Amino acid sequence: MKKLRYERPIINKIKAGVPDKYGMQTKVKIRTEIDGVPVKEIVEKYGSPVFVISEKTIRDTYQQAYMAFQSRYPKVQFAWSYKTNYLDAVCKVYHEEGSWAEVVSGFEYEKALKNGVPGNKIIFNGPDKTDEDIKNAIENGSYIHIDHFDELYSIIRLSNNSTKKAKVAIRVNMDTGVYPKWDRFGFNYENGEAWSAINRIMISENMELVGLHTHIGTYMMTANAYAVAASKLAALADRTNKKYNHSIKYIDMGGGFASKNTLKGAYLPGKDTCPSFDDYAEAITSALINSDIEPDKLPVLFLETGRALIDDAGYLIGSVLANKRLSNARRATIIDIGVNILFTSFWYEHEVYPAQECSQQTEDTTLYGPLCMNIDVIRESIQFPLLQKGDLILIPRVGAYNMTQWMQFITYRPNVVMIDKDKNLHLIRKKEDLLVFKQQEIVPDFLSDQFDKL
Amino acid sequence: MKLKSNIAVSENGFMFDPYTGDSYNLNETAVEILKLLKSGKTNEEIIEHFKEKYDVDDATLEQNIYDFIAMLNHYDLIEKQ
Ligand SMILES: Cc1ncc(COP(=O)(O)O)c(C=O)c1O
Repeated sequence: MKKLRYERPIINKIKAGVPDKYGMQTKVKIRTEIDGVPVKEIVEKYGSPVFVISEKTIRDTYQQAYMAFQSRYPKVQFAWSYKTNYLDAVCKVYHEEGSWAEVVSGFEYEKALKNGVPGNKIIFNGPDKTDEDIKNAIENGSYIHIDHFDELYSIIRLSNNSTKKAKVAIRVNMDTGVYPKWDRFGFNYENGEAWSAINRIMISENMELVGLHTHIGTYMMTANAYAVAASKLAALADRTNKKYNHSIKYIDMGGGFASKNTLKGAYLPGKDTCPSFDDYAEAITSALINSDIEPDKLPVLFLETGRALIDDAGYLIGSVLANKRLSNARRATIIDIGVNILFTSFWYEHEVYPAQECSQQTEDTTLYGPLCMNIDVIRESIQFPLLQKGDLILIPRVGAYNMTQWMQFITYRPNVVMIDKDKNLHLIRKKEDLLVFKQQEIVPDFLSDQFDKL
Repeated sequence: MKLKSNIAVSENGFMFDPYTGDSYNLNETAVEILKLLKSGKTNEEIIEHFKEKYDVDDATLEQNIYDFIAMLNHYDLIEKQ
């Protein structure tokens, strides 16, 4: 006799009156492919866990963002925010699309130069620039975005010894109606500090004030904050022009556009609530066009968009290590992806999909990572089907900040693979091994021969 | 091990516990297990019955059945010995 198809026995309590965010019967969505390449094939070649980057998604998203601005404003220039994802292969795709580089450290600056970005297409941000960094930036004609007066005076001192004028902008912080206010970076607008900095630069022989910069926060849910910020920078540019007859070449609106991920505690998914590139573009460009700046003096609009450009292009594949019941009968599934490599699970309710056929029966489940630590939770609560040990899962939208903020803890950081436009796989960062660590560590001679005591 | 008396299970998987007023949704295999429990079958007999009838490997089946029974215990639907 042929045996019947088996389905795991399930009992669910009906909670009357409590509206279930997910509804009783949700169809389990599975995702078995990335850009047409089977997840299973990627894991067979590169192991689990493994990060995957879609070249196509990077380019498509960039074009969407670029078109949103380009169609509304004459001069637009993106600069790729290195800290968001500085894998060379990723940066190079952005540079090929026409992005400059936006860096915040000597390390990122070196990386950008090595990636073939000319010095005069690098924006150097951040509060931590060494004298060496500043000298290099002056020599290479990079744009130095000044964060504080100490830096301003360092540039004056260092550029005295250079034949070149330092090309500078100031970072401005301001009230855009959004809280918390990011007032720890740059010079404040409202209290006049930004205007003082501009005046100090304008009377200096060694510096040319080329731009005005702001970065008002990250994951900004309201486009209007950008309109406020753009108006304030435009007012500073106009005032500079009136006083010194000097036109500001560019206004840099920084990054901060929300990605489609869902923030922890949000009731609605991020993909339904975050403003579109068109919304942000409309707010920024109309503020600039409607400002007092004369039309023929409109500055180039720079953007340093990070997460909104790359988040969707990154995926993380992992596998199930075990299932268990917690003492309160809740189901827990342990996966080989921990907060060490998925840093953004501290902020986001990441979507998690089974990557093969599975039961349609779901249960409220906690997803734990493999680290021996209580904080290692990928999802506190997710309606999830029961997967078996070894089954694969796919987490989309992990392209931003994970591959730069990941922590090496307990285990090696995994392979990163890029899928090109023609669906070929390329290893773009090798999984670490013991050699990587041996290269960095030094055992003093007096500890080198201790094993006879064991 | 026995299901508490008075607990009603319908064919389409609706279950009501008059002691607590709670109700539950069950899938087909879960209904089948509850029927077997009502008729006094042991866990081992239930597992044997499933092995013969369904296309499933032993380890998965055993894990699933014990997990299910743990949930019945958690919801306090089993007669205390
Ligand atoms: C100066 C600057 N520009 C751009 C970015 C990129 O921001 P986002 O990823 O929010 O777009 C950051 C991120 O912190 C930043 O500090």
